[in-house]
Amino acid sequence: MNPNFLDFEQPIAELEAKISELRHASHGQAMNIEEEISRLKDKCKAKTEQIFANLSPWQVSQLARHPQRPQTLDYIETVFSEYQELAGDRAYSDDAAIVGGLARLEGRAVMVIGQQKGRDTKQKVKRNFGMPRPEGYRKAKRLMQLAERYKLPLLTFIDTMGAYPGIGAEERGQSEAIASNLELLSRLPVPVVCTVIGEGGSGGALAIGVGDRTLMLQYAVYSVISPEGCASILWKSAERARDAAEALGITAGRLKELGLIDEVIKEPAGGAHRDKLAAADSLKRTLLRQLDQLSGIEAKDLLQQRYERLRGFGSQKAG
Amino acid sequence: MSWLQKLMPARIRTEGGSKRAVPEGLWEKCDNCTAVLYRPELERNLRVCPKCNHHMQIGARERLKQFLDDDSGEEIGALLQPQDLLKFRDSKRYRDRLVAAQKATAERDALVALSGTLFSRSIVAAAFEFRFMAGSMGSVVGERFALAGEAAIAQRCPLVCFSATGGARMQEGLFSLLQMAKTSAVLARMKEERLPYISVLTHPTTGGVSASLGMLGDLILAEPGALIGFAGPRVIEQTVRETLPEGFQRSEFLLEHGALDQIVDRRELRNRIGSLLALLMHQPAPEPDPLPGSEPEESPPPPA
Repeated sequence: MNPNFLDFEQPIAELEAKISELRHASHGQAMNIEEEISRLKDKCKAKTEQIFANLSPWQVSQLARHPQRPQTLDYIETVFSEYQELAGDRAYSDDAAIVGGLARLEGRAVMVIGQQKGRDTKQKVKRNFGMPRPEGYRKAKRLMQLAERYKLPLLTFIDTMGAYPGIGAEERGQSEAIASNLELLSRLPVPVVCTVIGEGGSGGALAIGVGDRTLMLQYAVYSVISPEGCASILWKSAERARDAAEALGITAGRLKELGLIDEVIKEPAGGAHRDKLAAADSLKRTLLRQLDQLSGIEAKDLLQQRYERLRGFGSQKAG
Repeated sequence: MSWLQKLMPARIRTEGGSKRAVPEGLWEKCDNCTAVLYRPELERNLRVCPKCNHHMQIGARERLKQFLDDDSGEEIGALLQPQDLLKFRDSKRYRDRLVAAQKATAERDALVALSGTLFSRSIVAAAFEFRFMAGSMGSVVGERFALAGEAAIAQRCPLVCFSATGGARMQEGLFSLLQMAKTSAVLARMKEERLPYISVLTHPTTGGVSASLGMLGDLILAEPGALIGFAGPRVIEQTVRETLPEGFQRSEFLLEHGALDQIVDRRELRNRIGSLLALLMHQPAPEPDPLPGSEPEESPPPPA
């Protein structure tokens, strides 16, 4: 089994391995191997489409955490022509689980903020697996205020299991750090577009996820609690995560149906990790279109619309 | 068990036959010091143990009754009914859990909001009902809180909220999470309007409520000994694999770490909040109530 592939991706992994084997063997060999390769490629494409046409919510949540899935800094590198990272909360430290800074999107200056999980072990430890501590949220808050002062649209990229549940994090006010960002974002007088690129885990995700638009990549998930956490509380067993993923309604398609997100961004066949550039391109085009829609609106109207949007979540007519 | 008891059929056996039964309703054990307390006196003391000062949990209606002026209070969003939009089902159906919680508490959901008066001045007050699915915040809780904030803005009066909750309600999925954004947006408006919001954290206040309306007060007060935090202690212990320090996530710990303005004894809350609001709103100081429980009545001796 190839560790870089999920169990349901194994048939794709096998076909890809065969193709590269053939390529390797074909050096200076007969022509008919090319034909075989192209036949296998077609088969691989068909197989991928077949597998991805019927993913369960649990499989999608595994894709959202795929070890090869592009992360915030991968998208920043390809979507923006310039990126100046800014560090620190000016009070305690710099939390590497949240990154952010000034960036240029097709010529226009913007502020970006996102969680960064890290890929290899060293990076993951440095980034605390993308689980921010209060200082991370306070750095984000500082960047939000900077965006307000200089009238920069804010783009956020959500990819976290959740805020870090640690002793120090509690001592330094994890709840207050998150709450304060929710409040600030609800009234920040610049366009705010939030995109869930991988895992949108609970309050730790929402702390950079309140704005004028919520977008989700096709195989991202967004949830009030992780399927494992929910299963261990309600089913008394983390083994039931599959059922919890189903019950919680965490996929982009489902959340769009429920009216809780605004747009699902299509990913390349087989997921963003199969073609990172295509995924980034899809994201970039959507962001540009959304920003175009929002940037013409006056700040006062923007805030009124945002208030009505937030106010409408789970709202019902009294009666 | 004696041979005689063993012979008896189970249905006529009584539990703990050797202990003398405490008459139902008259006596209650303190959950902290286990002192046996005379219930009418405990009620007069606002359910604070007179022996060890432990603040026992109280329901939302009782809380608001203690807090607001007598006979004051008009309910906000009373008719809102929780909905099961996800058709959520774990070992039980969410619908069934709702029905059971409604039956057990006589409430429709876990937050009660009233518009009333405090020392004859207008106020909107909300309180969580912990016995209703652990005071969890779903759409109705978020909606009632939002309506309460909007009512305060409309009446140009302050808002006070007493929280007692485990956090977001899982059975409503992302709808629950987004109540954090909704309630925070209303509180941001209150701040712009310069209308005071006082958050009173009571035992326990954790998760999504702590990380939204709980921590957004202009002033944040807490009852003594309340568990307050983002992550629950068990989750933290499992994550960091360390024993948690003594008193971790209790009110006193939070005060020490700068997260609260004051810890206030329940019996003083009404007076204290009255004074604080009068100062913030440039009003003359209200005439404080005599402290409850300051004139204890004779109670019969507890059962031996």
